[in-house]
Order: sequence, then C-alpha cells, then structure tokens
Amino acid sequence: MDFLQPSTWDEALAAKAAHPDAVPIAGGTDVMVELNFDRRRPPALLDLSRVAPLTEWGTDGDMLRVGAGVPYRRIIEELGGRLPGLAMAARTVGSPQIRNRGTVGGNLGSASPAGDAHPPLLAARAEVELASVRGVRRVPVESFFTGPKRSVLAPDELIAAFRVRTARAGEQFAKIGTRNAMVIAVCSFALALDPVRRTVGTGIGSAAPTPVRATAAEAFLVAELDWDSRGAVPPGVAAEFGRLVAAAAAPIDDVRGTAAYRRHALSVLARRALVWAWEGLR
Amino acid sequence: MTTVDQAVRDGIGTSPRRPDGTLKVKGEFAFSSDLWHEDMLWGATLRSPYPRARIRGIDLTAALALPGVYAVLTHEDVRGAKRYGLEIADQPVLAMGEVRYQGEPVAIVAADHPETARRAAGHIAVDYFELPPVTDPEEGELLRRVPVRTGDPHATADVVVTGEYEVGMQDQAFLGPESGLAVPAEDGGVELYVATQWLHVDQKQVAACLGLPAEKVRLSLSGVGGAFGAREDLSMQVHASMLALHTRRPVKMVYGREESFYGHVHRHPAKLRYEHGATSGGDLVYVRARIVLDGGAYASSSTAVAANAATLGIGPYEVPNVDMEASVYYTNNPPCGAMRGFGAVQACFAYESQMDKLAAALGMSPVEVRIRNAMTAGSRMPTGQVVEGPAPVASLLARVRARPAPPPSTLDLRELPGGVANTTHGEGVVRGVGYAIGIKNVAFSEGFDDYSTARVRLELIGGEPAVLVHTAAAEVGQGVVTVQAQIARTELGVERVTVATADTTVGSAGSSSASRQTYMTGGAVRAACQAVRATLLARVGGAGIVGGKVVNAAGLVVADLAEAIGDEPIEETVEWRHRPTYPIDPETGQGNAHVQYAFAAHRATVDVDVELGLVKVVEIATAQDVGKAVNPLAVEGQIQGVRHRGWGWH
Repeated sequence: MDFLQPSTWDEALAAKAAHPDAVPIAGGTDVMVELNFDRRRPPALLDLSRVAPLTEWGTDGDMLRVGAGVPYRRIIEELGGRLPGLAMAARTVGSPQIRNRGTVGGNLGSASPAGDAHPPLLAARAEVELASVRGVRRVPVESFFTGPKRSVLAPDELIAAFRVRTARAGEQFAKIGTRNAMVIAVCSFALALDPVRRTVGTGIGSAAPTPVRATAAEAFLVAELDWDSRGAVPPGVAAEFGRLVAAAAAPIDDVRGTAAYRRHALSVLARRALVWAWEGLR
Repeated sequence: MTTVDQAVRDGIGTSPRRPDGTLKVKGEFAFSSDLWHEDMLWGATLRSPYPRARIRGIDLTAALALPGVYAVLTHEDVRGAKRYGLEIADQPVLAMGEVRYQGEPVAIVAADHPETARRAAGHIAVDYFELPPVTDPEEGELLRRVPVRTGDPHATADVVVTGEYEVGMQDQAFLGPESGLAVPAEDGGVELYVATQWLHVDQKQVAACLGLPAEKVRLSLSGVGGAFGAREDLSMQVHASMLALHTRRPVKMVYGREESFYGHVHRHPAKLRYEHGATSGGDLVYVRARIVLDGGAYASSSTAVAANAATLGIGPYEVPNVDMEASVYYTNNPPCGAMRGFGAVQACFAYESQMDKLAAALGMSPVEVRIRNAMTAGSRMPTGQVVEGPAPVASLLARVRARPAPPPSTLDLRELPGGVANTTHGEGVVRGVGYAIGIKNVAFSEGFDDYSTARVRLELIGGEPAVLVHTAAAEVGQGVVTVQAQIARTELGVERVTVATADTTVGSAGSSSASRQTYMTGGAVRAACQAVRATLLARVGGAGIVGGKVVNAAGLVVADLAEAIGDEPIEETVEWRHRPTYPIDPETGQGNAHVQYAFAAHRATVDVDVELGLVKVVEIATAQDVGKAVNPLAVEGQIQGVRHRGWGWH
C-alpha cells in the first residue's frame, strides 16, 4: 500500500488526480478501523494531516468556512457559540481521544447515514466545498449524499471545507444510542430555527439510506410558529411536527434498533427539540 | 493454639498496594501479549465461517507456499488426544471433518511475521458443505438435566404468579486478549507462558493433546489482563505448543479483539419459566421452575452451570415445596461456559422478577416479601442441604433499604438518560427503585476434589527473616498475590514476603474462579505458614512469634526470630482442602452439593425516560456478607467490578 503525504493543498489535489484510488485519511477514526479489520485494502492512502489550511476556519460575512480537517474538539471549543447544533453533535462523537482526531470532513467523506455531523449540517443548510485540479465546486449537503456510504465526490476530488451560516441560538441536536455515551446513532435529529429569515431546517440521521431532511415538517413549522410574538409552541403543533419528522424517515430494522422504534424516537426527539430550540429564541 | 502477629505491617485486614497496580495504571505492566523471545514465530488460527458444516477437504498448498511460513497444521498433526474439555473432552483441538460453531479453529499457521501468518491462514482452502445449524436449545441434544425436587409436587397456594424470562448471552470481554508463548524444550517438551485461570488444568489438557507426559509441559503464568471465567477453557495453548514442537522455534500467539470473541466461552443464554405460590400472608408455599440453557457447540463447564442454576435457582428463600429442573443443550451457537456467578445469575433474574410480581400480587413491599421468606442459618436448601454458615439475607436487604435515597437529578445532561446526546431535559423521566438479592456457592461443588497447594519457605536473606510463598494460584487481577503475602506476614510475623511467579513446579492451586482463591490458596498459604511456624517454634521451644521475636507461653522472649532461623531455612508444602461436598441425586437433586454460600443484596435507583426507553443508573447500593475482609480495598474492587457486570447485562 502506498502512503502519499502531501504538505500543501495543491500537492494533495495533484496526488488525488494522479491516484484516484487513494483513500484520503485525516483523523483515521473511520479509515484505520476498516484497515485494521481488513475490510478494506486500498492501493494507497492519502494523508491530509500535514495540509495546514484544512485545519483552519474563518468568517466571510455571516458565513463560516470551516476546513475539512478541523477536529470535533475544536468545533466544540472554538465554534460552539457560532454553530451550536454542530457542536452538540460533535460532543456525542466517540470518546475525547476520537474527538481529538476525528474531523467533520472525514465524517462527510465516509458518508455514513449515521454520521453525527450530518443532521446539523443538513438542518443549517450547509454547503460542502469540493476541490480537484479541475477547480472548486460547492454542493448543498442535502445533495451531497447519494446512498449509504456514497456521495457525489468525484474520484479526483477532495473535501476542502464546509460553509454554513452562523446561528448562535435556535439549534438543537439529539441522538439515541444503545448506551449513554460512545455510541453510533440508533437515530438522531437536528433542528435549526432561523428567526430572522423565518426558516426551519431539519436533519435526520441513521433512519434512511442517507441523512435526510424532513421537508414537510419544515414547511409545517414555518407556517405554524408564532414568529412575531414568539409565543410558546402549542403542544398540538409540536406533536404534529414530531409526526411529520417520523414520516420523513425511511428506517430499517437492524442490530441497533427496529424501524418502529426509530420512527417513534424521532417523533419524540423532534417534539422535544422544537420546544428547546424555540425556548432558546424566546 | 499459637498466636499470630497482628502488629505486622501489611498483614491481614489491611489494604497494601498490589504489586501490579502502579504498573498497570502507567501502562508498563507486561501482559501475556507482550511476551517476546529471540527467533520466535507468530501463530495464527483459521476459523470456520459457518456455524455448522462438513469439511470435505483442506488444501494447504497455497498457504505453505507463502514465503515466511514455517508450518500449517490441521487435526492430522495432533499427536495426542484429539479432543479436550474441562468436564467432557468433546472439543476438537482442530476441527475433524466438521465444524459445529462459527469461529471453530480449523487449522493453525506459524510464520515469521504475524501478518504473514494471518495471510497464510487466508490461503488455506477449506471445502465446506454447509448444514442447517441448530440454534434453538430446545431442539438441541441434551447435555445435562438437573432436577431438584422437595416437598409436595402438587402443593397449591392462595396467590400464584407465573413468568417466562429470557436472558441473553454475555461476554466477559477481558481487556487482554488470549495470548501466550510456547518455547520448545531440549527434552522434547514445551515451556508455555500463558494467561490462564488454572495452570494445572491447562497442563493436563495440553499434555494429553500433545501426547506428552505432564512433566514435559511446563506452564508459567504470564501477565493476565482479566479473566472472569473466560480463561478456564483452553484457547491458544495447544495450538502454540503444537506449532512450537513442529517448528522447533518459540511461537507466540495473540488473538485480536474480534478473534477474542471466538476464542472463549460466553455466559449461557437462558429461558426460564417460573411459577411461585404463596399464602395470602406472603409466605412462599411452592416454586416450580424450568430453566433451559443454551450450551453452544461444546460442553465446557455447562454441566456445572446447569447444576448451579438448579440448586440455587429459587434464590435465598425458604420454600417447602420445590419442583425445579435446569437443562442445558448442545446447539451450533458459540460455546458457553464460565462467567462470573454462572448459572446462579441467570436464575436470579427470573426468581427476583418473580418476587417483585409476587409482592405486587400480594400488595406487599418488594423488600418485605423478600425479608419474610429469607433463609437464615439453619435453613434447608431445596437440595436438603442445611445452610450451616451465616446467611444474613434479611439483614443485607434491610441494610440496602436503610441507605438514604440518592438526591433527585440536577437535570445536568450527564446525569440524565441519554447523557450529552441530549435526548431529554427531564421530559418523560421517572425514577424507579428496585431490590434484588442473590445466592452463590463458593468453591467447587458436587464432590469435586477441590484443593490448593502452597509452599512456604522461611529463611534469612542478608541476615533478615524473609518468606518466599510459592503457589500456582493465577493472579487474574483479583489480587491473590497481594492476599497471599498478607496472610504470610500475619502468620509468620515477617514483613518481607515474596510471592513467586505461579507455575507448575509447585502443586495445583485449583482454579481462580468460583470465588475460591482467597479461601483456598489463602487457606493453603496459612496452613503452610503454620507448618513452618510449628517447626520453627519446636526448634527453640517457643509458643509464638511477636515483633520479630519468638516468645514462650508466658510471653517471654526465647530467641530472636533471625537466630531461630539461623542457616537452616524451613520449607513446608501443604495441600489444603475445604470440607467435602457430595454429588446430588440425579432424580431428586438431593445432596450436600455445596461448601458454603455467599449472598449479595442490591438496591438500584434508576432514572428512566419512559418515552424513549433510555436509562441512567443513579445509584446501586450493595450489601454483601464478605466474612473477614482480608484486603478491604480488594473486596470493594470485586464488588464494584461484579456490579458493573450485572449492570452491563441488560
């Protein structure tokens, strides 16, 4: 197995163009597990850990651009105030050691339906910045995933960053696990309420072949929320929102949980997250 | 009666630091997976991908052709007994014509690099013919049925509760995977360094399979990373020895985490059907129970597991009429065997659930109905055995009940069901409190000749009295090394005690299991120390050892301890046995099967998110009668550890 170790972004893109079979590796928290268990033996690894710009983040107006190599720990510590939903999700990833190593870019690259970062990125309408020697393109997270562990990423492309509007409040993330920490999601839900634009964003994890939005639930809530006076959410509205979120999922029975439990849990999480997010704005 | 020196430092009743503690915390302890030898080869195991299949052929050509491969062996290379087992020799060293569970070893490889060995195993071509596996124990072949019957089988009662319970498989998941090093010896034998629970039972089985006399198979205990029953059966011991003898090179084998789950037995899954009858006042009248245990593909310790389930299966209660049957069956599921509290804990889940049901049916408190029926010293077990030791069942329950209730949740996410995964801020959360008590036998039962051997030597080193304790007791993390030294210090009044590495150059200590090692090897060390002391005292006409002096019956110093020892070291070896036990009647289960019993009462306080089914264990209060705590800190460690085992078993 070849081990490619570019030190600049241009070198990384050139290496990926020359070795489209090379598997990019950042924190290694997914890739190394697969290698160690012999589930995958790629012809080459492309180590991105020396490419400094990948670990940087910056602002562009009220937009944030976060390098694909920023680990979860820094998302929590440095961006918790600007991206509260993503920070909540990052806090549920693995152990402290994993959060030191694992990156949002790696999560996107693996494109698991259970990836913890995906629901908050969906809810916040984030964009993924993809780059290759051919140029740069931006893809809405919603269009990024094409199937379980599949994405629109071309063989010569690398994930450079994600771009997202800062939120400060109105975001929530909740995840069900088979225990209370260090677990892969049985299902998860993210919500982003934007009181300025009066938009509602949702993201469902681990309950469909890809992370998905609950678009009908979003539209329902945009119409029903009392945006002007910010009055409390009527219980009937919260319940219907929960029902619509559950209906948007396409879960399966597997070792972590049944489809029926996932739908039920999503309706509960959506209902609760709505109340918390709305209270955060009042 | 001679006196022992209670003043000696780090003796019985204190909690001296364990010798391996700091090393383990700092990551410097050498586990069996850290063993190394000049010129050693690495072993790997090819395992069956199928739970049940016929093997029509095995082609080793491609594996042997890989550079760096020194040996590829199958069952044809097993020189001695082709099968082994703790109670019944039914498990093939390497599969012979069929495989009976997924993960069963089929062939073994030695190569100059672990990766090469692993790859070579992948190059072995096995022609399997898949067969439908038996996965339901009630469709499997019966391995043992243990009935226990007493009183009137047709007894009736005012209040009757029934229940059907199921408990799943559990894995010991010790942190240090199966590993060891086999070194071929000049006499044609083998030196085996392994992490195990019982060196001598390994020695007996390994020697039989290698076709060697026991004295040519010499075992030394290597650093054990946890055991919990999973190291009672053989794993890599015969395989590494075969490869070492074949290649005439040292061979090391280390299972990975995933392979480890195939490498040892698990806790038996069980289905338990119970019927409890009681008077309207809450006195138990009868218990009828049928327990079905899934033994998996091979016997391991299944027969003892079934006996424990049957003989302890109604719990620590007085019940005049019992109709109990525990049966264990062969299936094509992973083999099940020893895990902490085997047999007793499966039944405990069922009988304690029944006691809660009964309390609800009677309108009594769950603690009250338990206390009302609690056995005491002098009670008669359903096997007819009279409980002779202390049985403070009611008192243990009263103690956990009397503990102050834990404070209400602060609603910090880390204290809530779901934790920081943020599933509730208190919504749907209710607090439940549950009680349970369990009974377990201590040491081996049913007439087994259970003993331990200790060799104790008292000598002068650099002019100072020093003690060397040598036993084959496996230190598996429970602290038996520390305890042996404590006992020797107190018995001989000498602080300087060394505990030699456990190996087979001393007699068997029995297994580090069944809660027996402090009692049994501790007892053997004590007896050997007493023998040493008797010789010493006789030498100078003393009656006791106090503060480094030998004193007479009047308490007057007759000699310095060092003087008494002089240049004549005293060494004694003692085999120590607990009182005998007896087989039980195969039809009625009557008999004095057990040595003694231990009891543990718990009160669990648990916050439950009733909408999501998530839980947060707030507190578990535990009360156990531990007898004399030889090392109080180690006792606490045992209780905490086993409580987490139970906690994880849901």
